[in-house]
Amino acid sequence: MNLKLKIWRQKDPNTRGKFVNYRLRDISADSSFLEMLDVLNEELISKGEEPVVYDHDCREGICGACGLYINGRPHGPDSLITVCQLHMRKFKDGDTIVIEPWRARAFPIIRDLMVNRNAFDALIQEGGYVSVNTGSAPDANAILVKKEHADLSMDAAACIGCGACVAACKNASAMLFVGAKISQLALLPQGKIESNRRVMDMVAKMDELGFGNCTNTGACEAECPKGITLTNIARLNREYYKATF
Amino acid sequence: MSSIFTSSLGKKLLMSLAGIFLIIFLLVHMGINLLIVIFDDPMVYNKAAHIMSTNILIKIFEIILFGGFLLHMIYALILQIQNWVARPNRYNKANYSNTSFFSKFMIHTALITLVFLVIHMMDFYLKAKFGHAAEVIVDGKAYHDFASEIIDKFKMLPFVIFYIAAFVFLGFHLVHGFQSAFKTLGMDHKKYTPVVQFLAIIYSTIIVGGFSFIPVYIYFL
Ligand code: HEM
Ligand code: SF4
Ligand code: FES
Repeated sequence: MNLKLKIWRQKDPNTRGKFVNYRLRDISADSSFLEMLDVLNEELISKGEEPVVYDHDCREGICGACGLYINGRPHGPDSLITVCQLHMRKFKDGDTIVIEPWRARAFPIIRDLMVNRNAFDALIQEGGYVSVNTGSAPDANAILVKKEHADLSMDAAACIGCGACVAACKNASAMLFVGAKISQLALLPQGKIESNRRVMDMVAKMDELGFGNCTNTGACEAECPKGITLTNIARLNREYYKATF
Repeated sequence: MSSIFTSSLGKKLLMSLAGIFLIIFLLVHMGINLLIVIFDDPMVYNKAAHIMSTNILIKIFEIILFGGFLLHMIYALILQIQNWVARPNRYNKANYSNTSFFSKFMIHTALITLVFLVIHMMDFYLKAKFGHAAEVIVDGKAYHDFASEIIDKFKMLPFVIFYIAAFVFLGFHLVHGFQSAFKTLGMDHKKYTPVVQFLAIIYSTIIVGGFSFIPVYIYFL
Protein backbone atom coordinates (compact mmCIF):
# COMPACT_ATOMS: atom_id res chain seq x y z
CA MET A 1 0.00 0.00 0.00
CA ASN A 2 1.04 3.58 -0.59
CA LEU A 3 0.05 6.04 2.09
CA LYS A 4 0.09 9.71 2.92
CA LEU A 5 0.62 10.44 6.59
CA LYS A 6 -0.13 13.69 8.33
CA ILE A 7 1.57 13.47 11.71
CA TRP A 8 1.67 15.87 14.65
CA ARG A 9 5.28 16.81 15.43
CA GLN A 10 6.10 18.72 18.58
CA LYS A 11 9.61 19.11 19.99
CA ASP A 12 8.74 19.37 23.68
CA PRO A 13 5.86 20.36 25.96
CA ASN A 14 6.53 24.06 25.55
CA THR A 15 7.11 24.40 21.82
CA ARG A 16 4.23 24.78 19.42
CA GLY A 17 3.64 21.67 17.36
CA LYS A 18 2.61 21.33 13.75
CA PHE A 19 1.53 18.71 11.24
CA VAL A 20 4.18 17.25 8.93
CA ASN A 21 3.30 15.24 5.83
CA TYR A 22 5.06 12.01 4.96
CA ARG A 23 4.70 9.50 2.14
CA LEU A 24 5.19 5.78 2.60
CA ARG A 25 5.44 3.17 -0.17
CA ASP A 26 4.92 -0.57 -0.26
CA ILE A 27 3.47 -1.04 3.20
CA SER A 28 2.10 -4.55 3.70
CA ALA A 29 -1.64 -4.65 4.40
CA ASP A 30 -0.85 -7.31 7.00
CA SER A 31 1.48 -5.14 9.03
CA SER A 32 0.22 -3.53 12.19
CA PHE A 33 -0.21 0.20 12.50
CA LEU A 34 2.78 0.50 14.82
CA GLU A 35 4.93 -1.55 12.42
CA MET A 36 3.97 0.91 9.71
CA LEU A 37 5.19 3.74 11.97
CA ASP A 38 8.39 1.77 12.64
CA VAL A 39 9.01 1.61 8.90
CA LEU A 40 8.52 5.36 8.69
CA ASN A 41 10.91 5.92 11.60
CA GLU A 42 13.61 3.76 10.02
CA GLU A 43 13.34 5.80 6.84
CA LEU A 44 13.56 9.01 8.87
CA ILE A 45 16.60 7.77 10.80
CA SER A 46 18.37 6.68 7.61
CA LYS A 47 17.78 10.18 6.23
CA GLY A 48 19.22 11.67 9.40
CA GLU A 49 15.89 13.08 10.59
CA GLU A 50 14.31 12.75 14.03
CA PRO A 51 12.00 9.71 14.31
CA VAL A 52 8.38 10.18 15.36
CA VAL A 53 8.04 9.57 19.10
CA TYR A 54 5.06 7.49 20.21
CA ASP A 55 4.23 5.32 23.23
CA HIS A 56 4.04 1.54 23.08
CA ASP A 57 5.02 -1.40 25.20
CA CYS A 58 3.34 -4.81 25.08
CA ARG A 59 2.08 -4.63 21.50
CA GLU A 60 -0.52 -7.21 22.39
CA GLY A 61 -3.36 -4.99 23.51
CA ILE A 62 -3.01 -5.40 27.27
CA CYS A 63 -0.79 -2.65 28.65
CA GLY A 64 -2.58 0.47 27.45
CA ALA A 65 0.64 2.31 26.60
CA CYS A 66 -0.05 2.84 22.92
CA GLY A 67 -2.49 5.59 22.17
CA LEU A 68 -2.86 7.52 18.94
CA TYR A 69 -5.74 9.59 17.66
CA ILE A 70 -6.12 8.33 14.10
CA ASN A 71 -8.45 9.94 11.56
CA GLY A 72 -10.61 11.46 14.29
CA ARG A 73 -10.85 8.40 16.52
CA PRO A 74 -8.73 7.17 19.43
CA HIS A 75 -7.08 3.86 18.55
CA GLY A 76 -8.17 4.31 14.92
CA PRO A 77 -10.98 3.02 12.74
CA ASP A 78 -11.92 -0.18 14.52
CA SER A 79 -13.76 -1.03 17.72
CA LEU A 80 -12.59 -2.73 20.90
CA ILE A 81 -8.87 -2.64 20.05
CA THR A 82 -5.80 -0.63 20.92
CA VAL A 83 -3.57 0.89 18.23
CA CYS A 84 -1.09 -1.97 18.47
CA GLN A 85 -3.90 -4.34 17.45
CA LEU A 86 -4.88 -2.19 14.47
CA HIS A 87 -3.83 -3.51 11.06
CA MET A 88 -3.17 -1.67 7.85
CA ARG A 89 -5.84 -3.69 6.04
CA LYS A 90 -8.33 -1.39 7.76
CA PHE A 91 -7.07 1.35 5.41
CA LYS A 92 -7.13 1.65 1.65
CA ASP A 93 -4.27 2.11 -0.76
CA GLY A 94 -3.67 5.83 -1.28
CA ASP A 95 -5.36 6.88 1.99
CA THR A 96 -4.30 9.96 3.90
CA ILE A 97 -4.00 9.14 7.58
CA VAL A 98 -4.08 11.93 10.16
CA ILE A 99 -2.26 10.96 13.37
CA GLU A 100 -2.53 13.13 16.48
CA PRO A 101 -1.68 12.69 20.15
CA TRP A 102 -4.36 12.48 22.86
CA ARG A 103 -5.37 16.08 23.44
CA ALA A 104 -6.39 17.09 26.95
CA ARG A 105 -5.18 19.64 29.44
CA ALA A 106 -4.63 16.80 31.92
CA PHE A 107 -2.47 14.90 29.39
CA PRO A 108 0.27 17.34 28.33
CA ILE A 109 2.25 16.38 25.24
CA ILE A 110 5.79 15.24 26.00
CA ARG A 111 6.93 14.98 22.43
CA ASP A 112 5.24 14.30 19.07
CA LEU A 113 2.57 11.68 19.75
CA MET A 114 3.60 10.86 23.30
CA VAL A 115 1.58 12.34 26.15
CA ASN A 116 2.07 12.37 29.89
CA ARG A 117 -0.63 10.25 31.51
CA ASN A 118 0.60 10.71 35.08
CA ALA A 119 -2.81 12.17 35.86
CA PHE A 120 -4.21 8.61 35.76
CA ASP A 121 -1.53 7.46 38.18
CA ALA A 122 -2.45 10.32 40.49
CA LEU A 123 -6.08 9.16 40.36
CA ILE A 124 -5.11 5.60 41.22
CA GLN A 125 -2.98 6.84 44.10
CA GLU A 126 -6.03 8.66 45.39
CA GLY A 127 -8.07 5.51 45.85
CA GLY A 128 -7.55 2.83 43.21
CA TYR A 129 -6.53 0.23 45.78
CA VAL A 130 -7.80 -1.64 48.83
CA SER A 131 -5.96 -1.16 52.12
CA VAL A 132 -7.18 -4.31 53.82
CA ASN A 133 -5.20 -7.51 53.69
CA THR A 134 -7.23 -9.79 51.46
CA GLY A 135 -5.11 -12.85 52.17
CA SER A 136 -3.68 -15.26 49.63
CA ALA A 137 -5.37 -17.21 46.84
CA PRO A 138 -7.08 -19.88 49.01
CA ASP A 139 -8.71 -17.11 51.06
CA ALA A 140 -10.57 -15.99 47.97
CA ASN A 141 -13.31 -18.47 48.78
CA ALA A 142 -13.66 -17.32 52.38
CA ILE A 143 -15.77 -14.30 51.48
CA LEU A 144 -18.68 -15.08 49.23
CA VAL A 145 -19.25 -12.76 46.30
CA LYS A 146 -22.39 -12.76 44.20
CA LYS A 147 -21.61 -14.10 40.74
CA GLU A 148 -23.35 -11.11 39.20
CA HIS A 149 -21.18 -8.67 41.16
CA ALA A 150 -18.02 -10.63 40.44
CA ASP A 151 -18.81 -10.45 36.72
CA LEU A 152 -19.52 -6.71 36.75
CA SER A 153 -16.39 -6.09 38.77
CA MET A 154 -14.30 -8.14 36.33
CA ASP A 155 -15.79 -6.25 33.38
CA ALA A 156 -14.76 -2.97 34.99
CA ALA A 157 -11.33 -4.37 35.86
CA ALA A 158 -10.66 -4.88 32.15
CA CYS A 159 -9.73 -1.18 31.91
CA ILE A 160 -6.07 -0.85 30.93
CA GLY A 161 -5.78 2.87 31.64
CA CYS A 162 -5.03 3.81 28.05
CA GLY A 163 -6.79 7.16 28.20
CA ALA A 164 -8.80 6.73 25.00
CA CYS A 165 -11.93 7.69 26.91
CA VAL A 166 -10.42 11.07 27.80
CA ALA A 167 -9.12 11.49 24.26
CA ALA A 168 -12.50 10.67 22.71
CA CYS A 169 -14.62 12.75 25.07
CA LYS A 170 -15.56 16.19 23.78
CA ASN A 171 -15.02 17.44 27.34
CA ALA A 172 -11.80 15.48 27.98
CA SER A 173 -13.56 13.90 30.96
CA ALA A 174 -12.06 10.99 32.87
CA MET A 175 -15.41 9.69 34.09
CA LEU A 176 -15.21 6.35 32.28
CA PHE A 177 -11.78 5.56 33.69
CA VAL A 178 -12.73 6.62 37.21
CA GLY A 179 -16.11 4.90 36.87
CA ALA A 180 -14.34 1.67 35.93
CA LYS A 181 -11.98 1.85 38.91
CA ILE A 182 -14.74 2.77 41.35
CA SER A 183 -16.97 -0.03 40.05
CA GLN A 184 -14.27 -2.64 40.10
CA LEU A 185 -13.60 -2.04 43.80
CA ALA A 186 -16.99 -0.96 45.14
CA LEU A 187 -18.71 -4.08 43.82
CA LEU A 188 -16.54 -6.39 45.93
CA PRO A 189 -16.71 -6.78 49.71
CA GLN A 190 -12.96 -6.15 49.96
CA GLY A 191 -13.34 -2.77 48.30
CA LYS A 192 -16.62 -1.73 49.93
CA ILE A 193 -15.06 -0.80 53.25
CA GLU A 194 -13.42 2.36 52.02
CA SER A 195 -15.78 2.98 49.11
CA ASN A 196 -17.10 6.28 50.46
CA ARG A 197 -13.71 7.79 51.05
CA ARG A 198 -12.45 6.43 47.74
CA VAL A 199 -15.14 8.02 45.59
CA MET A 200 -14.89 11.41 47.32
CA ASP A 201 -11.10 11.45 46.97
CA MET A 202 -11.02 10.28 43.38
CA VAL A 203 -13.69 12.75 42.24
CA ALA A 204 -11.93 15.63 43.99
CA LYS A 205 -8.65 14.61 42.37
CA MET A 206 -10.27 14.24 38.96
CA ASP A 207 -11.59 17.81 39.19
CA GLU A 208 -8.27 19.14 40.46
CA LEU A 209 -6.34 17.55 37.60
CA GLY A 210 -8.33 19.51 35.03
CA PHE A 211 -10.41 16.81 33.39
CA GLY A 212 -13.76 17.99 32.00
CA ASN A 213 -17.26 17.08 33.18
CA CYS A 214 -19.39 14.24 31.86
CA THR A 215 -22.30 15.04 29.52
CA ASN A 216 -23.30 11.41 28.95
CA THR A 217 -22.34 11.76 25.29
CA GLY A 218 -20.95 8.25 25.07
CA ALA A 219 -17.83 8.82 22.95
CA CYS A 220 -15.77 7.13 25.68
CA GLU A 221 -17.85 3.99 25.57
CA ALA A 222 -17.71 3.94 21.76
CA GLU A 223 -13.91 4.11 21.74
CA CYS A 224 -12.89 2.13 24.82
CA PRO A 225 -10.74 -0.81 23.64
CA LYS A 226 -11.94 -2.89 26.57
CA GLY A 227 -15.67 -2.34 26.22
CA ILE A 228 -16.13 -0.41 29.49
CA THR A 229 -19.72 0.86 29.39
CA LEU A 230 -21.53 4.00 30.55
CA THR A 231 -23.14 1.92 33.28
CA ASN A 232 -19.90 2.41 35.17
CA ILE A 233 -20.37 6.18 35.00
CA ALA A 234 -23.90 5.84 36.35
CA ARG A 235 -22.51 3.68 39.17
CA LEU A 236 -19.85 6.28 39.88
CA ASN A 237 -22.64 8.85 40.23
CA ARG A 238 -24.54 6.54 42.60
CA GLU A 239 -21.46 5.85 44.70
CA TYR A 240 -20.81 9.57 44.90
CA TYR A 241 -24.34 10.34 46.09
CA LYS A 242 -24.16 7.50 48.59
CA ALA A 243 -20.95 8.93 50.02
CA THR A 244 -22.29 12.49 50.02
CA PHE A 245 -25.73 12.14 51.57
CA MET B 1 -22.25 17.64 51.62
CA SER B 2 -20.79 21.00 50.61
CA SER B 3 -19.00 19.33 47.70
CA ILE B 4 -22.42 19.14 46.03
CA PHE B 5 -22.01 22.78 45.04
CA THR B 6 -18.40 22.59 43.98
CA SER B 7 -17.50 19.16 42.63
CA SER B 8 -18.16 18.19 39.02
CA LEU B 9 -20.61 15.45 39.99
CA GLY B 10 -22.41 17.67 42.49
CA LYS B 11 -22.90 20.45 39.97
CA LYS B 12 -24.20 17.95 37.44
CA LEU B 13 -26.61 16.56 40.00
CA LEU B 14 -28.06 20.00 40.68
CA MET B 15 -28.37 20.90 37.03
CA SER B 16 -30.01 17.61 36.16
CA LEU B 17 -32.54 17.98 39.00
CA ALA B 18 -33.29 21.50 37.79
CA GLY B 19 -33.54 20.12 34.26
CA ILE B 20 -36.08 17.48 35.30
CA PHE B 21 -38.06 20.16 37.10
CA LEU B 22 -38.10 22.23 33.91
CA ILE B 23 -39.16 19.17 31.94
CA ILE B 24 -42.24 18.80 34.16
CA PHE B 25 -42.92 22.53 34.05
CA LEU B 26 -42.91 22.49 30.25
CA LEU B 27 -45.74 19.94 30.23
CA VAL B 28 -47.85 22.11 32.53
CA HIS B 29 -47.09 25.21 30.49
CA MET B 30 -48.05 23.41 27.31
CA GLY B 31 -51.33 22.28 28.85
CA ILE B 32 -52.30 25.84 29.73
CA ASN B 33 -51.32 27.15 26.31
CA LEU B 34 -53.44 24.55 24.61
CA LEU B 35 -56.52 26.00 26.34
CA ILE B 36 -56.41 28.75 23.75
CA VAL B 37 -57.08 26.35 20.89
CA ILE B 38 -59.19 23.82 22.75
CA PHE B 39 -61.83 26.35 23.79
CA ASP B 40 -63.40 28.69 21.30
CA ASP B 41 -64.01 31.23 24.05
CA PRO B 42 -60.77 33.22 24.52
CA MET B 43 -61.87 34.02 28.07
CA VAL B 44 -60.98 30.50 29.21
CA TYR B 45 -57.38 31.22 28.43
CA ASN B 46 -57.52 34.77 29.75
CA LYS B 47 -58.94 33.55 33.03
CA ALA B 48 -56.26 30.88 33.30
CA ALA B 49 -53.61 33.51 32.59
CA HIS B 50 -55.22 35.74 35.21
CA ILE B 51 -54.97 33.03 37.83
CA MET B 52 -51.37 32.39 36.77
CA SER B 53 -50.40 36.01 37.34
CA THR B 54 -52.31 36.61 40.60
CA ASN B 55 -52.59 33.39 42.59
CA ILE B 56 -50.27 33.31 45.59
CA LEU B 57 -49.33 29.63 45.18
CA ILE B 58 -48.41 30.30 41.57
CA LYS B 59 -46.33 33.24 42.71
CA ILE B 60 -44.39 31.01 45.05
CA PHE B 61 -44.01 28.46 42.30
CA GLU B 62 -42.77 31.21 40.01
CA ILE B 63 -39.88 31.97 42.33
CA ILE B 64 -38.97 28.28 42.42
CA LEU B 65 -39.21 28.18 38.63
CA PHE B 66 -36.87 31.15 38.22
CA GLY B 67 -34.53 29.51 40.67
CA GLY B 68 -34.67 26.30 38.64
CA PHE B 69 -33.85 28.10 35.41
CA LEU B 70 -31.03 30.05 37.01
CA LEU B 71 -29.58 26.97 38.69
CA HIS B 72 -29.74 25.00 35.44
CA MET B 73 -28.22 27.78 33.35
CA ILE B 74 -25.51 28.87 35.75
CA TYR B 75 -24.24 25.36 36.41
CA ALA B 76 -24.57 24.45 32.73
CA LEU B 77 -22.42 27.42 31.79
CA ILE B 78 -19.80 26.77 34.46
CA LEU B 79 -19.56 23.11 33.45
CA GLN B 80 -19.44 23.98 29.75
CA ILE B 81 -16.64 26.50 30.24
CA GLN B 82 -14.67 23.96 32.28
CA ASN B 83 -15.21 21.47 29.47
CA TRP B 84 -13.78 23.85 26.89
CA VAL B 85 -10.82 24.60 29.11
CA ALA B 86 -10.18 20.87 29.59
CA ARG B 87 -9.12 20.64 25.93
CA PRO B 88 -7.14 23.76 25.11
CA ASN B 89 -5.78 22.38 21.82
CA ARG B 90 -8.41 21.00 19.50
CA TYR B 91 -8.01 18.01 17.24
CA ASN B 92 -7.43 18.64 13.57
CA LYS B 93 -9.83 15.89 12.66
CA ALA B 94 -12.26 15.09 15.45
CA ASN B 95 -15.58 13.62 16.45
CA TYR B 96 -15.81 10.57 14.29
CA SER B 97 -16.85 8.49 17.27
CA ASN B 98 -20.31 7.00 17.39
CA THR B 99 -22.09 9.07 20.03
CA SER B 100 -25.35 10.62 21.15
CA PHE B 101 -25.75 13.16 18.31
CA PHE B 102 -27.63 15.99 20.04
CA SER B 103 -25.33 15.78 23.03
CA LYS B 104 -22.66 17.55 21.00
CA PHE B 105 -24.88 20.60 20.51
CA MET B 106 -26.38 21.04 23.98
CA ILE B 107 -24.83 24.46 24.56
CA HIS B 108 -25.97 25.65 21.12
CA THR B 109 -29.56 24.46 21.48
CA ALA B 110 -29.49 25.89 25.00
CA LEU B 111 -28.40 29.34 23.87
CA ILE B 112 -31.10 29.44 21.18
CA THR B 113 -33.63 28.49 23.87
CA LEU B 114 -32.24 31.22 26.08
CA VAL B 115 -32.66 33.85 23.34
CA PHE B 116 -36.25 32.72 22.92
CA LEU B 117 -36.79 32.84 26.67
CA VAL B 118 -35.51 36.41 26.94
CA ILE B 119 -37.78 37.56 24.11
CA HIS B 120 -40.66 35.59 25.60
CA MET B 121 -40.18 37.23 28.98
CA MET B 122 -39.97 40.74 27.58
CA ASP B 123 -42.94 40.14 25.37
CA PHE B 124 -45.30 38.46 27.70
CA TYR B 125 -44.35 38.07 31.28
CA LEU B 126 -43.47 41.70 31.90
CA LYS B 127 -46.69 42.76 30.23
CA ALA B 128 -48.67 40.41 32.44
CA LYS B 129 -46.96 41.78 35.52
CA PHE B 130 -46.84 45.45 34.75
CA GLY B 131 -49.85 45.65 32.49
CA HIS B 132 -49.43 47.19 29.09
CA ALA B 133 -51.68 44.64 27.48
CA ALA B 134 -55.16 45.29 26.14
CA GLU B 135 -57.95 44.54 28.57
CA VAL B 136 -61.39 43.01 28.36
CA ILE B 137 -64.10 43.46 30.94
CA VAL B 138 -66.15 40.43 31.86
CA ASP B 139 -68.77 40.56 34.64
CA GLY B 140 -67.38 43.89 35.73
CA LYS B 141 -63.87 42.51 36.14
CA ALA B 142 -60.91 43.50 33.97
CA TYR B 143 -58.71 40.84 32.44
CA HIS B 144 -55.66 41.16 30.23
CA ASP B 145 -56.73 40.04 26.81
CA PHE B 146 -53.76 37.85 26.07
CA ALA B 147 -55.77 35.49 23.93
CA SER B 148 -56.52 38.16 21.31
CA GLU B 149 -52.95 39.35 21.45
CA ILE B 150 -51.62 35.86 20.84
CA ILE B 151 -54.11 35.31 18.05
CA ASP B 152 -53.08 38.59 16.41
CA LYS B 153 -49.44 37.63 16.64
CA PHE B 154 -49.81 34.16 15.24
CA LYS B 155 -51.65 35.54 12.24
CA MET B 156 -48.23 36.81 11.17
CA LEU B 157 -46.00 34.25 9.51
CA PRO B 158 -42.60 35.42 10.89
CA PHE B 159 -43.84 34.96 14.46
CA VAL B 160 -45.11 31.49 13.65
CA ILE B 161 -41.80 30.47 12.09
CA PHE B 162 -39.66 31.91 14.87
CA TYR B 163 -41.81 30.30 17.54
CA ILE B 164 -41.75 26.85 15.98
CA ALA B 165 -38.03 27.03 15.21
CA ALA B 166 -37.29 27.86 18.84
CA PHE B 167 -39.24 24.82 19.98
CA VAL B 168 -37.55 22.53 17.48
CA PHE B 169 -34.20 23.51 18.98
CA LEU B 170 -35.54 23.05 22.49
CA GLY B 171 -36.70 19.62 21.32
CA PHE B 172 -33.14 18.79 20.26
CA HIS B 173 -31.99 19.90 23.73
CA LEU B 174 -34.52 17.62 25.34
CA VAL B 175 -33.86 14.51 23.25
CA HIS B 176 -30.45 14.26 24.86
CA GLY B 177 -31.23 16.11 28.10
CA PHE B 178 -34.13 13.88 29.15
CA GLN B 179 -32.15 10.66 29.03
CA SER B 180 -28.87 12.23 30.13
CA ALA B 181 -30.47 13.39 33.37
CA PHE B 182 -31.28 9.79 34.27
CA LYS B 183 -27.66 8.74 33.84
CA THR B 184 -26.51 11.73 35.85
CA LEU B 185 -28.84 10.64 38.64
CA GLY B 186 -27.11 7.27 38.52
CA MET B 187 -29.86 5.39 36.75
CA ASP B 188 -28.73 3.07 34.02
CA HIS B 189 -30.16 -0.32 33.23
CA LYS B 190 -29.90 -2.80 30.40
CA LYS B 191 -33.67 -3.02 30.00
CA TYR B 192 -34.90 0.39 31.13
CA THR B 193 -32.34 2.76 29.61
CA PRO B 194 -33.59 2.04 26.06
CA VAL B 195 -37.12 2.71 27.38
CA VAL B 196 -35.97 6.05 28.82
CA GLN B 197 -34.31 6.90 25.50
CA PHE B 198 -37.54 6.11 23.71
CA LEU B 199 -39.52 8.22 26.19
CA ALA B 200 -37.06 11.08 25.59
CA ILE B 201 -38.02 11.09 21.93
CA ILE B 202 -41.74 10.80 22.70
CA TYR B 203 -41.59 13.60 25.29
CA SER B 204 -39.61 15.92 23.00
CA THR B 205 -42.02 15.24 20.14
CA ILE B 206 -45.01 16.02 22.36
CA ILE B 207 -43.44 19.28 23.56
CA VAL B 208 -42.44 20.45 20.09
CA GLY B 209 -45.73 19.25 18.58
CA GLY B 210 -47.93 20.59 21.37
CA PHE B 211 -46.41 24.06 21.50
CA SER B 212 -46.15 24.32 17.71
CA PHE B 213 -49.72 23.24 17.15
CA ILE B 214 -51.00 26.51 18.62
CA PRO B 215 -49.48 28.97 16.13
CA VAL B 216 -50.14 26.63 13.21
CA TYR B 217 -53.79 26.25 14.22
CA ILE B 218 -54.26 29.99 14.71
CA TYR B 219 -52.45 30.86 11.50
CA PHE B 220 -54.66 28.63 9.40
CA LEU B 221 -57.85 29.38 11.32
C1 HEM C 1 -37.14 24.70 29.46
C2 HEM C 1 -35.93 24.65 29.16
C3 HEM C 1 -34.90 23.58 29.50
C4 HEM C 1 -35.04 22.27 29.88
C5 HEM C 1 -36.31 21.51 30.13
C6 HEM C 1 -33.69 21.73 30.01
C7 HEM C 1 -33.39 20.43 30.38
C8 HEM C 1 -32.12 19.89 30.41
C9 HEM C 1 -31.78 18.59 30.88
C10 HEM C 1 -32.74 17.57 31.47
C11 HEM C 1 -30.44 18.42 30.71
C12 HEM C 1 -29.61 17.20 31.04
C13 HEM C 1 -28.94 17.31 32.38
C14 HEM C 1 -27.98 16.18 32.64
O1 HEM C 1 -27.37 15.66 31.75
O2 HEM C 1 -27.82 15.82 33.79
C15 HEM C 1 -29.94 19.63 30.12
C16 HEM C 1 -28.62 19.85 29.78
C17 HEM C 1 -28.10 21.08 29.45
N1 HEM C 1 -28.78 22.29 29.51
FE1 HEM C 1 -30.77 22.50 29.61
N2 HEM C 1 -32.78 22.70 29.72
C18 HEM C 1 -33.49 23.85 29.41
C19 HEM C 1 -32.97 25.10 29.11
C20 HEM C 1 -31.62 25.39 29.12
C21 HEM C 1 -31.12 26.73 28.98
C22 HEM C 1 -31.92 28.01 28.83
C23 HEM C 1 -29.77 26.61 29.02
C24 HEM C 1 -28.88 27.82 28.89
C25 HEM C 1 -27.72 28.00 29.28
C26 HEM C 1 -29.43 25.18 29.16
C27 HEM C 1 -28.17 24.63 29.18
C28 HEM C 1 -27.89 23.29 29.19
C29 HEM C 1 -26.61 22.71 28.85
C30 HEM C 1 -25.34 23.46 28.42
C31 HEM C 1 -26.74 21.32 29.02
C32 HEM C 1 -25.67 20.32 28.68
C33 HEM C 1 -25.21 19.49 29.78
C34 HEM C 1 -25.07 18.08 29.33
O3 HEM C 1 -24.92 17.81 28.13
O4 HEM C 1 -25.13 17.21 30.19
N3 HEM C 1 -30.60 24.48 29.24
N4 HEM C 1 -30.97 20.53 29.96
S1 SF4 D 1 -12.00 3.04 30.39
FE1 SF4 D 1 -11.39 2.12 28.42
S2 SF4 D 1 -10.69 3.88 27.20
FE2 SF4 D 1 -10.71 4.55 29.35
S3 SF4 D 1 -8.64 4.16 30.13
FE3 SF4 D 1 -9.86 2.32 30.59
S4 SF4 D 1 -9.51 0.95 28.85
FE4 SF4 D 1 -8.84 2.99 28.18
S1 FES E 1 1.28 -1.45 23.25
FE1 FES E 1 0.32 -2.38 25.00
S2 FES E 1 -1.77 -2.09 24.51
FE2 FES E 1 -0.82 -1.37 22.72
